[in-house]
Amino acid sequence: MIMMNLNQQRKFKTFVTGSFAWLIALLLFFPIFWMFITSFKTELQAISIPPSLFFEPTLDNFAIVQERSDYLKHAFNSVVTSFGSTFIALIIGVPAAYAMAFNPTRKTKDILLWMLSTKMLPAVGVLVPIYILSRDFGLLDSRTALVIIFTLMNLPIIIWMLFSYFKDLPKEILEAARMDGATPWDEIVKVVLPLSIGGISSTALLSIILCWNEAFWSLNLTASEAAPLTAMIASYSSPEGLFWAKLSAASTLACAPIVVFGWFCQKQLVQGLTFGAVK
Amino acid sequence: MKRSITRLLMAPSVILLLVWMIVPLSMTIYFSTIRFNLLYPGQNNFVGWMNFEFFMTDPGFLPAVSNTLILLLSVLMITVVLGVALSALIDKPFFGQGMVRVLLISPFFIMPTVNALIWKNMMMNPVYGVFAWISQSLGLEPIDWLSDFPLMSVIIMVSWQWLPFAILVFVTALQSQDTEQKEAAQMDGATGWHIFRYLTIPHLSRPIAVVVMIETIFLLAVFAEIFVSTGGGPGYDSTNLAYLIYNQALLQYDVGVASAGGLFAVLLANIVAFFLIRAVGKNLTV
Repeated sequence: MIMMNLNQQRKFKTFVTGSFAWLIALLLFFPIFWMFITSFKTELQAISIPPSLFFEPTLDNFAIVQERSDYLKHAFNSVVTSFGSTFIALIIGVPAAYAMAFNPTRKTKDILLWMLSTKMLPAVGVLVPIYILSRDFGLLDSRTALVIIFTLMNLPIIIWMLFSYFKDLPKEILEAARMDGATPWDEIVKVVLPLSIGGISSTALLSIILCWNEAFWSLNLTASEAAPLTAMIASYSSPEGLFWAKLSAASTLACAPIVVFGWFCQKQLVQGLTFGAVK
Repeated sequence: MKRSITRLLMAPSVILLLVWMIVPLSMTIYFSTIRFNLLYPGQNNFVGWMNFEFFMTDPGFLPAVSNTLILLLSVLMITVVLGVALSALIDKPFFGQGMVRVLLISPFFIMPTVNALIWKNMMMNPVYGVFAWISQSLGLEPIDWLSDFPLMSVIIMVSWQWLPFAILVFVTALQSQDTEQKEAAQMDGATGWHIFRYLTIPHLSRPIAVVVMIETIFLLAVFAEIFVSTGGGPGYDSTNLAYLIYNQALLQYDVGVASAGGLFAVLLANIVAFFLIRAVGKNLTV
């Protein structure tokens, strides 16, 4: 065996761990890659054994999906519900998180835990009442119902994340602002928001991802008009035969916006998901 | 003055969440005590505990409870252990580190319905799936995952989805680890394992608590993956509480029993939350 000096040894170690990391990453990513590839195949190629890697790509599946289930309508529903509810939840949540972080009382901890505990209520436990309420208010199969539910659903996590951020902000700056006669409103808008824009945007990102991928309420409360992409995809699960290429095309279309969005924002996410875990 | 402003700022959130909790919950409680089947409208007399009795003697009840807990604990184990290991693995710079990170966290962006469809069809299908092809190439009998190992299949799908979340949180946390401390330990002759065990793991205790907390919230309510892939079967082998209640309410139209089941699910969630908060609560930033 050739003797290696320390530097070579370190390089070799990096190479081994790096390759190992690549291997695992590729394995975990494989299902997504496979879905993407399959969406460009014909139905026959999609189920061929051994799987075909080299083939003439076709865009037919995408056209068929758009025609059969009006992809653009469902995509619009997903965008409206996830961005809309995240926006509203931030408007409601930022002041609450701010108040709790900067004027904590003995009850603050209990209130936060209580808020989180409302998320512990399994959705299925209140499915029937929510269904009946939506029906009575004429909100079945409406985007409004989904926006309301998504807002309330994510509010506790949003408040918790924001709270952790605000708590880590240097208090001195706020005190200085207060000395200069800033009103609470000025404090939020001119001092707290600019300082915590990173935290707020990663909170928003997480909320948008969770809404986009929410499947329980969208499956149960929407039919066709307001159905977001999660519900559209479920309609492809019926065992009416092996239509994997179309299924993959629909899936690719449903996930592509949020995956690309996630890729672009992953730096932000990685820096932001601290939940106050970083001092 | 200051106090009233604090209250004012918190009021919208607190009131909304209070309404969101109390209104549906009290309706569920009410429904659970009456006979309420959509197939027999108008016959809504008070029945006391009968719905609960009915739900808890359902042949699916015990399997559903144990499946819910098995699913929760296995996915928590898998995602936390692998999540810590993988995020430690990709913490130091190497070629294409950013790309590896992007690939690793991507499954988190895939919606549960798509997740289940990809795995059910393209990966686990016993004839045309990738796994079947691998088994065949190795000269083995292909496994019919969804029929023979339904709960494990669901665990695989759900773990695949939540492992990236754990990695995201842990990677974030590792960025703030004190490198000087690590270097000092190295100088004193600490091995890589020792650094991992005595510096990295303690540093991660709070992020682990966060991951356990958030994942539990979502894992107790796993629904779409089961709905799309196994449909709870075969038999009750992959039915969890959420799916069992859904079955009662929407397939058998029995709102009363479903509401009783819903309350049971709430109770179970509270029990889990109680132990959880005791176990990891001191690590949470509250």
